[in-house]
Amino acid sequence: MELGTFIQQFIELLEESDAEQISASTRFHELDEYSSLLALTIVAMVDEEYDVAIKAEDLRKAQTIEDLFNIIKEKKA
Amino acid sequence: MYNPYQLTNKTILVTGASSGIGRTTAIECSKLGAKMVVTARNEVRLKETLDALEGCGHQMVTADLTNPSDMEKLVATIPELDGLVNDAGIAVMKPVPYIRQKDLEKVVNINTFAPVLLTGSILKRKKLKRNASVVMVSSVASMGSFELGNSIYGLSKSAIKTFAEYCAMEVKNREIRVNSIHPGMVATSMTQNTSLSDTEEMDFSKYIMNRCGKPEEIAWAIAYLLSDATLWMTGSQLIIDGGAHLA
Repeated sequence: MELGTFIQQFIELLEESDAEQISASTRFHELDEYSSLLALTIVAMVDEEYDVAIKAEDLRKAQTIEDLFNIIKEKKA
Repeated sequence: MYNPYQLTNKTILVTGASSGIGRTTAIECSKLGAKMVVTARNEVRLKETLDALEGCGHQMVTADLTNPSDMEKLVATIPELDGLVNDAGIAVMKPVPYIRQKDLEKVVNINTFAPVLLTGSILKRKKLKRNASVVMVSSVASMGSFELGNSIYGLSKSAIKTFAEYCAMEVKNREIRVNSIHPGMVATSMTQNTSLSDTEEMDFSKYIMNRCGKPEEIAWAIAYLLSDATLWMTGSQLIIDGGAHLA
């Protein structure tokens, strides 16, 4: 699992945010386009790409994209 | 005591009886005097439901209704019924671009194919008595409550709403009635497991009653549809959603 790849996969889910502004330290809950549908889309993408089921609690715990990446990595291990 | 809502001397089959609305429906119907036949996949939890039923003469049949031989065994085992509650269901939340065939198959097999085939099989074996009542547990997801990410569940529940209407037309000569019930968000393990937020912290502002439903509040409506109080009611849809459809 590569953080860089994950950030790219995350960016592909976004429709309005400026991709150049998105990095490992982006606090994704604070994105203007963050919504319940985007949250569901993140869960679905992680399931499809990593075969990992993340829950509401995991999304809440993660502040940044890197936090989320680490949670997925931990679950994958 | 005068009570047109009682279920005394009625034999009722409930699917999905190991948890949630199914379990509560089985328990409440037993309290109203019915003899219950409960079925579900999980034997341990199904036994807990059986043990929680009031009165005696109830039975349980462990069955996976997506498995044709289990369904056949169930239909062969059950006595003649006065009521059938097709409750078993699951939910998977997926945004449209991420829907996979396996998600669709899993949900539709349990939520749609199983209740349709079970109802058909029971009718074929003539195990529904004259004046029997069939209740399809659908959802507000088929009645205009289009929650984001809930399309698979919604389409599976829309299908059984429509099926209930067709079926009602076909069984009218035997005075069997078929109705569907459409709950809003009810606090059960199913909704806890699929939703992205806990029911305690969810926003219920669209519910006029400002909270989610309790399984009993759906069970009592199902019991009403099973009782002789609804002998003249068929092909109807009963919405119970704390008033959310008004919002």
